[in-house]
Amino acid sequence: MADKDKRSTGGKLPPGVKTKLKAPMATLPPGAKSGGDGAPSGLTRSDFVSDQDVRWCPGCGDYAVLATVQRLMPELGIPREKIVFISGIGCSSRFPYYMNAYGMHSIHGRAPTIATGLKATRPDLDIWVVTGDGDSLSIGGNHIIHLMRRNVNLQVLLFNNQIYGLTKGQYSPTSEVGKITKSTPFGSIDHPFNPTALVLGAEASFVGRTMDRDPKHMKEMFRMAHDHAGTGFVEIYQNCNIFNDAAFFVYTEKATKKERTIFIEHGKPLVYAGETKGLRLEGFHLESVDLDTGSWSVADCVVYDETSIELASIMARVFWHEELPQPFGVFYRERRETYEEQLQQQIESVIDRDGKGTLEDLLHAGDTWTIA
Amino acid sequence: MTKNIESLSEATVLFAGDSGDGMQLAGTQFTLATAYAMNDLATLPDFPAEIRAPAGTTYGISGFQLRFGSTDIRTPGDEVDLLVAMNPAALKVNLSRVRIGGTILVNGNAFDKRSLDLAGLESNPLEDGSLDRYRLISVELTRLTRETLVDSGLKQKDIDRSKNMFALGMSLWMYSRPLDPALDWISNKFAKNEQIRDANLKLLRKGFHFGETTEQFAVRYEISPAKMQPGTYRAIQGIHALAMGLVAAGERSGLTIFYASYPITPASDLLHALSRYKNYGVMTMQTEDEIAAIGAAIGAGFGGNIGITGTSGPGLALKTEAAGLALITELPVVIVNVMRGGPSTGLPTKTEQSDLLQAMFGRSGDSPLPVLAASTPGDCFETAYEACRIAVNYMTPVILLVDGYLANGSEPWMIPDVDSLKPFDVRFAEAADDEETFLPYSRDDKTLARRWAKPGTPGLEHRIGGLEKENETGNISYEGDNHELMTHLRAEKVERVLAEIPPLDVFGDKSGDVLVIGWGSTRGAIEAAVAQARSAGNKVGSVHLRFLNPLTSEIAEIAGRFKQLLVPELNNGQLVRILRDRFLLPFVPFNKIQGRPFRASEIVGAIEEMIV
Repeated sequence: MADKDKRSTGGKLPPGVKTKLKAPMATLPPGAKSGGDGAPSGLTRSDFVSDQDVRWCPGCGDYAVLATVQRLMPELGIPREKIVFISGIGCSSRFPYYMNAYGMHSIHGRAPTIATGLKATRPDLDIWVVTGDGDSLSIGGNHIIHLMRRNVNLQVLLFNNQIYGLTKGQYSPTSEVGKITKSTPFGSIDHPFNPTALVLGAEASFVGRTMDRDPKHMKEMFRMAHDHAGTGFVEIYQNCNIFNDAAFFVYTEKATKKERTIFIEHGKPLVYAGETKGLRLEGFHLESVDLDTGSWSVADCVVYDETSIELASIMARVFWHEELPQPFGVFYRERRETYEEQLQQQIESVIDRDGKGTLEDLLHAGDTWTIA
Repeated sequence: MTKNIESLSEATVLFAGDSGDGMQLAGTQFTLATAYAMNDLATLPDFPAEIRAPAGTTYGISGFQLRFGSTDIRTPGDEVDLLVAMNPAALKVNLSRVRIGGTILVNGNAFDKRSLDLAGLESNPLEDGSLDRYRLISVELTRLTRETLVDSGLKQKDIDRSKNMFALGMSLWMYSRPLDPALDWISNKFAKNEQIRDANLKLLRKGFHFGETTEQFAVRYEISPAKMQPGTYRAIQGIHALAMGLVAAGERSGLTIFYASYPITPASDLLHALSRYKNYGVMTMQTEDEIAAIGAAIGAGFGGNIGITGTSGPGLALKTEAAGLALITELPVVIVNVMRGGPSTGLPTKTEQSDLLQAMFGRSGDSPLPVLAASTPGDCFETAYEACRIAVNYMTPVILLVDGYLANGSEPWMIPDVDSLKPFDVRFAEAADDEETFLPYSRDDKTLARRWAKPGTPGLEHRIGGLEKENETGNISYEGDNHELMTHLRAEKVERVLAEIPPLDVFGDKSGDVLVIGWGSTRGAIEAAVAQARSAGNKVGSVHLRFLNPLTSEIAEIAGRFKQLLVPELNNGQLVRILRDRFLLPFVPFNKIQGRPFRASEIVGAIEEMIV
């Protein structure tokens, strides 16, 4: 592109810029390589690894999520240049820097707004919003709910670690009551949010939950969220081993995972603990029953229907329940027109009705007069 | 009866009544008729923040002032020649604006005990002699309206609400305005409701004929067409000119205009206007809040479009952090601020040049961005276009300042030649074979604009964000020297916009006693004042700034040719601080902070005070 050659490269300062800086900055960061050819086929995980060193704490749950997303990307068949990661502020929001795709690390809580503006004008892009519990449920709470009701076709990965990590350990809107943190030395008195119930209440069209310690499940959840036409919301239970270690171990670790979790799947009965237990409905309440005592069988258990808002609402409300297992999987899925589809349709229908307007038409619309 | 016909060079009319009396409508229709009569004109709609304040109270009064003439009209008028007052409260609120000897037309039926009490009047001004210095015409508007519509089948409430049409008809007659524009408007507006349509048409005509027949109107006025430059004209309201300027930017740049906004007075009208332009390819979005609006605009800018958001003062405060993001990511975003009285909620419906300092400095860190201001309703078109052009050509957020007075005000506008608009320089980056790695922060030598690599472009995958970035690579860098370099680069880029600023046009004397320096909506009042001061024999000139940042050093050169420097502003002194800081010259502030524009006479007073 000849007309682009005027751009300066090689670290030279443009003429007239005053600076104290003597040496030009390095033009090539360590490990940098040129961009790919953009062909979707033949890409591998490494094609989605950026040249930046990952700066999360060793042992952080974020690493597993990153690796999972990088493994999933080549399988989706989307050209790399069409993929955009947009984040807010917080540990997880550094995510875009580590993905070799387009990305923006924006400001606290606002990633959904930027992603909405981008998707509205560029429906061809595959957009992923990466956010945390503080980012999207506190400072960005307003945006996450409106993103859900608008049903913009993108994916939201909510890294829930029930703590503020980057600001070094204050309680978050998902922290449990009584939590002792730097800002709550006598225990938090704030009742926590239940993120899945929150977004269901905000008219989300796809709601899922997964955990950082189960990469296989995570990958399937991400894939399903991606394949969903609409906002695909996935809450990830993610361990912060520095400020809130083991917050989800009761669900994620071998010793208790089997008894304390249930993986819900559309069209399948709600059974868990190696099919020795199940969930049945007693009125509107879920009840855990033993399937190996002869009193109850799989046939008594609820067959999950992810298109039922009623079931999803009941399931989402199973939240740190002492007698019921914590649900993981797709709670709800509904095909509803997306925001950008409707925006485009409206424009097309007005053009169909009134014809494509030109600037001249607009300027001369209404009453005019001419002075010779 | 035969009327005396008197020729005038100009006149000022003010319609005033309850918020529900339809005064804005009467004023708008009078404006349209005046445009038809080919007079030059300027308007000042003035309404309360309350939608329907209790009827009859002074705080519910809505007004529409209009000045028109055969001469060059620059302001909506210092003194009112005809006040149309629909009730005692409207008279009380506006009496001080009426010229001694001016005409006051009132609805005589509205001056009962209860209405006088509501207006806080102890005696009836129609009878107590307080209006002796004016020409009072009391017309039984309510009774005449009811009689006219006795067979209309409309409810009493609807009949009474229509009396503005009778008043409009009388006013049109009094100033020899054509009746057709208002008749056409009513026919279109109420096409689907014949009963209402016919009632309004009848009342309008009746009012017009009442003027002709009643002995109360002894004189009828004529104002010949203004001498205007050859061209095709239309009457334009500032906010509509602004909306069209944005559409023009989209058409000329080939980029999609994406406008996101949260409702706020008086900026909402821009959202209303643009949301109707879907067939011009404009995308609009009403967001959940102010921050979401600028966030969406940034997203659109990232995607290769012109992202625009609009708001008013308190909303700009909410957008501050995101404006900083647009600045450091160097993306084109236009932020329109339709200013109103502040701070906080302030005076939502009243005009003020409230936010220049906020626009200049209201962000964290060293964060300069171009700031432009429109100076007349018609100028909103070109300034909006220019704001978009600079945002794109320099890859920067731009703040465009207009105010409530400009947004709501109207004037005859010569429709511009689209081909004469300056071109856009849209260059999306594409992967080059000789490029080892993509450098999103490498810059154009001339403008210092960074490369605009929109998602979807193969080979240019890159990450941007709010953290300080390393020069050229755009990678995160906390290194001190780099931060200093980047701060200088961002500042220098805004200074490069100076290349876009045409030489300043000095109005009036090119050297002399007083130079008046203004920005934004005060242009009309300043130039009218300079013309008046000159005709009184003073050597006075003025310059008006469209670009508040960067500031052209030409100001200092021109200032050097005058003995004194006056800076009138509708705030407590904002441009004056910037000028003093930049040029170290003795700029003298002259401020009005009353939610209303300057009268030319006020500025004349300030000029004369300096010379004496």
